[in-house]
Amino acid sequence: MEYLSIVFQEVYKILFLLVPVLVSVAMIVWLDRRVWAFVQKRQGPNVVGPFGLLQSLADALKYIFKEIIIPSSSNKVIFILAPIVTMTLALIAWAVIPFSATQVLADINVGILYLFAVSSLGVYGIIMGGWASNSKYPFLGAIRSAAQMVSYEVSIGVIIINVLLCVGSLNLNDIVIAQQNMWFVIPLFPMFVIFFISALAETNRPPFDLPEAEAELVAGYQTEYSGMMYAMFWLGEYANILLMCAMGAILFLGGWMSPIDVYPFTLVPGAIWLILKILLLFILFALVKAIVPRYRYDQLMRLGWKVFLPLSLTWVVLTASYLFYFNLLPVN
Amino acid sequence: MATDGRMFWRLILKLTISIDKMIAHAIFFYTFSIIAVVSAIMVTASKNTVHSVFFLILDFISISCLFIMIGAEFLGMIMLIVYVGAVAVLFLFVVMMLNVAQQKNQWFAGQATSKHIPVGLIISTLIFFEIIIVIGGWKYKPEIFDINNSLASTSVSNTHSLGQVLYTDYIHVFQISGMILLVAMIGAIVLTFRQRSGVKKQSYIKQISRERAEGVEVLEVQSNKGVKIDD
Repeated sequence: MEYLSIVFQEVYKILFLLVPVLVSVAMIVWLDRRVWAFVQKRQGPNVVGPFGLLQSLADALKYIFKEIIIPSSSNKVIFILAPIVTMTLALIAWAVIPFSATQVLADINVGILYLFAVSSLGVYGIIMGGWASNSKYPFLGAIRSAAQMVSYEVSIGVIIINVLLCVGSLNLNDIVIAQQNMWFVIPLFPMFVIFFISALAETNRPPFDLPEAEAELVAGYQTEYSGMMYAMFWLGEYANILLMCAMGAILFLGGWMSPIDVYPFTLVPGAIWLILKILLLFILFALVKAIVPRYRYDQLMRLGWKVFLPLSLTWVVLTASYLFYFNLLPVN
Repeated sequence: MATDGRMFWRLILKLTISIDKMIAHAIFFYTFSIIAVVSAIMVTASKNTVHSVFFLILDFISISCLFIMIGAEFLGMIMLIVYVGAVAVLFLFVVMMLNVAQQKNQWFAGQATSKHIPVGLIISTLIFFEIIIVIGGWKYKPEIFDINNSLASTSVSNTHSLGQVLYTDYIHVFQISGMILLVAMIGAIVLTFRQRSGVKKQSYIKQISRERAEGVEVLEVQSNKGVKIDD
């Protein structure tokens, strides 16, 4: 009986985490389109519900009632698995995100490694979808995205090492608490910038949306998808973007910590601060989409391997030497 | 039908209640290991090479789950990041690029498959005996493997104890293995690198350092004469 109650408790906690994440994914799509529209002096979606807030729900409803078309020459099992993989991977990563010192589903020792691992698995949904479609454009999109995501993961990994050098623990709560005196965005500002740009590339956001570049590849890996399966790709993609924003907020912006440690601010629960920081990063994501033209593929690869990787590696050496010289290395 | 459904749920409830934590552990262990073994078999058994790679990925994931179950969470995560996140992606990349249909004709239809069986048998017996020796040694002479016992201490986390061993006692071995990997990588690049002539390249420094003066020329075009461009 005891075991059963534990299981129910966990299921309840998971639902309490996943439902807000899914709702906020729907809201964030609206926000994305809205910010994009405002930059271009348009209105954006403003018809369904107040300020067009329910636009994403209307879209989702539309997708549910559309027919799912499976191409006859596709590899059916993998074709169906691909959006499921994308969606699942985007959602399971939220298990380790701490919303306050205690509000975390799984406070594991290797939290940041788990986040990194799950975000590096995200490429499989895209490759599977692109290959199983058995069509030229999806396959080209999948190949492009595989190369792109693998390249930018490397620099994200090295940036994480930078933060870990200052923290001395892989636990996400420890990382947040280590930023009590100063957010890592201040000492590691160049790394924050590189992380932000790499996160854009990792989530296939413009200006790095080459896997789905509509001018060249129709819609990239999702060309053959329709109905709810397309919507799942779309939800997974935005859940991934939110996750990257959360990762940036935790690594550099102090996670659930309040920005100023004085009375009225400390009353606000940590979850609110984390959500505000995620929103801030997301609005930056949306602004970049609106104002930057798409990169060429060779420029993208050059930026990843010849600029970001050497820069972040050098910064690791610098951080380590600084910490070692001033005897600041975290030793427990 | 309704009573049937209720009976079914009551049965499930009873089963769940009777499961205690140890049994749950066993269930997870056997689930992951069965998935690992079956997918390892499917890697070799499946006809489609891309399916093989997907089964390999499934194998890696279930093995990393097993690592996490025995408390080696760092190893499990590194397994996921390195093997699944990077190595298997490259495998998949290569396998997808190969023309599989053509290969099937050349490799499988033309040759008798029995040719490869003796070689495979020899290698698998070798590996089997190696594993037997290692496990036997572990079981009957554990002191051989106890060079450094700090991994066994439970006071520090898995990652910390691993780092303490890796960066103190084994620092040279660790660095040398890193160097070997680097040399292998550079070697592969050198072997496959070839300078092709006549390939147009875009030098971005040239592109962004272009001035208006050298790019644009304003000409007075006379009627019926025209101008000469690009001579």
